[in-house]
Amino acid sequence: MSRKILVADDEPNIVISLEYLLKREGYTVLVARDGQEALDAIARDRPDLVLLDVMMPKKSGFEVCQAVRADEALQATKILMLTAKGRETDLAKGLALGADAYMTKPFSTRELAQKVADMLAAQP
Amino acid sequence: MKAPERRLVLALAAAGLALAAWTGLSLALVWAGLAPDERQALGADGPRLAWLGWLAAGWAAAVAGLGWGLQRLFGRYVGAPARLQEEVRVLLAASAPQPLAPHGSAELRGLAGAINELADQRDRLRQDMARQVEQASRGVQQEKNRLAALMAELTQSVVVCNLDGRILLYNSRARLQFRALSQAPALADGAELMGIGRSIYAVFDRQLVAHALESMQQRLRRGAGRPSAQFVTTTRAGQLIRVQMAPVRDLDAGEAGAGISGFVLMLDNVTQNFQEESLRDQLLHGLTEGSRSSLANMQAAADMLGYADLEPEMHERFLGVVREEVAAMSGRITELVQRSTQGLKTRWPLEEMLGADFMTAAQRQIESHCRRAVTVEGLDAGLWLKVESFTLLQVLTYLAGRLVDEFEVKFLQLRLQRAGQRAQLDLIWSGQAMSTETVMVWEMDPMRFGSQSTPLTVRDVVERHGGEMWFERDRVRHRAFFRFLLPLASEQEQLEAAQIMQNDSRPEYYDFDLFQAGEQASELDDRLLSSLSFTVFDTETTGLNPSEGDQIIQIGATRIVNGRLLRQESFEQLVNPGRLISPASIPIHGITQEMVAGQPGIEAVLPAFHAFAQDSVLVAHNAAFDMKFLQLQEAATGVAFHQPVLDTLLLSAVVHPNQESHRLEAIAERFNITVLGRHTALGDALVTAEVLLRLLPLLQAQGIHTLRQAREAAQATYYARIQY
Repeated sequence: MSRKILVADDEPNIVISLEYLLKREGYTVLVARDGQEALDAIARDRPDLVLLDVMMPKKSGFEVCQAVRADEALQATKILMLTAKGRETDLAKGLALGADAYMTKPFSTRELAQKVADMLAAQP
Repeated sequence: MKAPERRLVLALAAAGLALAAWTGLSLALVWAGLAPDERQALGADGPRLAWLGWLAAGWAAAVAGLGWGLQRLFGRYVGAPARLQEEVRVLLAASAPQPLAPHGSAELRGLAGAINELADQRDRLRQDMARQVEQASRGVQQEKNRLAALMAELTQSVVVCNLDGRILLYNSRARLQFRALSQAPALADGAELMGIGRSIYAVFDRQLVAHALESMQQRLRRGAGRPSAQFVTTTRAGQLIRVQMAPVRDLDAGEAGAGISGFVLMLDNVTQNFQEESLRDQLLHGLTEGSRSSLANMQAAADMLGYADLEPEMHERFLGVVREEVAAMSGRITELVQRSTQGLKTRWPLEEMLGADFMTAAQRQIESHCRRAVTVEGLDAGLWLKVESFTLLQVLTYLAGRLVDEFEVKFLQLRLQRAGQRAQLDLIWSGQAMSTETVMVWEMDPMRFGSQSTPLTVRDVVERHGGEMWFERDRVRHRAFFRFLLPLASEQEQLEAAQIMQNDSRPEYYDFDLFQAGEQASELDDRLLSSLSFTVFDTETTGLNPSEGDQIIQIGATRIVNGRLLRQESFEQLVNPGRLISPASIPIHGITQEMVAGQPGIEAVLPAFHAFAQDSVLVAHNAAFDMKFLQLQEAATGVAFHQPVLDTLLLSAVVHPNQESHRLEAIAERFNITVLGRHTALGDALVTAEVLLRLLPLLQAQGIHTLRQAREAAQATYYARIQY
């Protein structure tokens, strides 16, 4: 069974590429366009990994991350934060709030695919 | 001849009686020792009478002689010293006395001489002292004036307060800044906040100031050399103020060292800086995060486009993403450039200057330096530049100089116009044009003036102004010109600069005597009249019957603090009465329907006036009339005036009960007060204030010292019993 990945980002221009890339890599891809949609999708569809943008309407990526980590049932969900914020303080906050990894935009899609594969492989 | 001294008469009578008694006794003794026949012989009628007559005459002569001798002695040893004593008393009391005339005995003359010398010595000492006191006080006054003058010219806002937060001194810059803090700037002009004797806590939170004071005191106790405190605060009007606080030390406080008698506040309105920084942040943010996202989107799309097996439909969609993001980034950069050139000012300190002033200066300097006629054309008179005038003048003079020296230009012309958000300054000449290369060299060469040179180039100066400069040809009119684009002062800056220029008279912006004045716990009623702050006001109205709907159409007011009239801190506002002004009243106050048409209503003006009058005693001439109008507005405006009220009409009646008229004109005439602008509210308020200032010492002479006494005396006058 293919692994399930949720792409949570409000910018259609990045979603289209990520969706295409991940499908090509053989994953099942879900899409959420804001923080609330992302939380709902995580609770409903239980993806293995979430590509989480920080700057989103309704709920920010930080809030989504915190909510997921607070929910026992969703503990296993891997979170990879994607953000245009390049400051060290943002990175520290993301990791502190429970993100498993953090990538700063712009990034190479090959690295992203590699990272996703590594994170899913590390899962028991 | 004066009546004989009583003591002298008594002494003489006693002596006469003693003599008579002695004579009588002698006679009795002689009589007792005589033989009977001898008594017989003596007792014969004839000789006995003669003998007794001689005896009485002898007695009278002796008494008279004694009287004369006693009087002489008395005059010499009692009368003369007594006179001398009186004269010495005069000498003691008088300020510039006649010297004593020496008379009487040698001892007395000597005494008088010695007293004269003492008096001389005393007078010399007195004069000396007076001279020294005068000198010292002149020195102190001079120092005060110098300090006040210095403060007035400072470009930083300075406010000095005593420990109670009462303002003792402020400069015009502070006045302007407080104007920006005022919630009713158009009405009270900030004078309700900034004024001598007003509380600084009307602007800044008391706790905040107290905290800063405390930390300053702590530092002082620890022996810090320059104990000062800083805070940033938001005012009620939403302005951001950075405040630096320094102590005014109390030199009398002794060893403790932590004695502070007041504090100095230096204020910076950082609202604009803050806004500029926010804008800068925004732009930076737009550049970084915005671009990062776009770049990420493009890179991802480009990566996808790299797959050889991409379906044509997807290929088109990824290309679309790239095109869209490129367009978005271009747009963002265009906007960034526009906003940064508009909004971000150059960091070089520039000053606001009226364009016309700058042009006049440039004309004069070029004419004197190049010895050529310079004309000014197309001058926009209302233009305010934001420039560094010295170097900019250097640039114009330098360019004009090279034109004259190298191209033999005969006539020069200057032109200043507005061009959008900037000013356009042209240096025009007719005749030969030059190559672009020459212009470039002129622009980049360090400027030279005869033998003098500066390290600055034209380009440097233009860049300092965040401006631009180029060379243009007007082929039709055979002219060429250098054009400079220069920044304009913002509207706020223009306003401030214009107001600073209008401050022609030396304002009464300080009163150091308030340092001594502590906050008095006692109620206003028990305070000395001389220690009170007064708001002297007058209203103009549509008519004389407030109860029949007549309304206020103008309020004017001024302040008296510590016995000084503060003309600069006045209040004047027309009020739209919302009804017709009765034609009969127009000739009196000169206010027409058109004049009040665009003015605020009483509901806006009264709160501003209330703020202006806070913490003071209200004073008006025939105050009952004006108070009636104010009271009738209480319900509509929610503003009530609970201050005590004094009426100059009644006070005048207290001081001059026998005068026929207590009309304002009559009183002003009595006191010889020059009346300017009567029957404007402010004009009348100023006259009333002058009247009050002259009434106060007269009241004091009648033993009326406190506000309570003044009010009671006023109530007791005949006029107070008349119903208005």
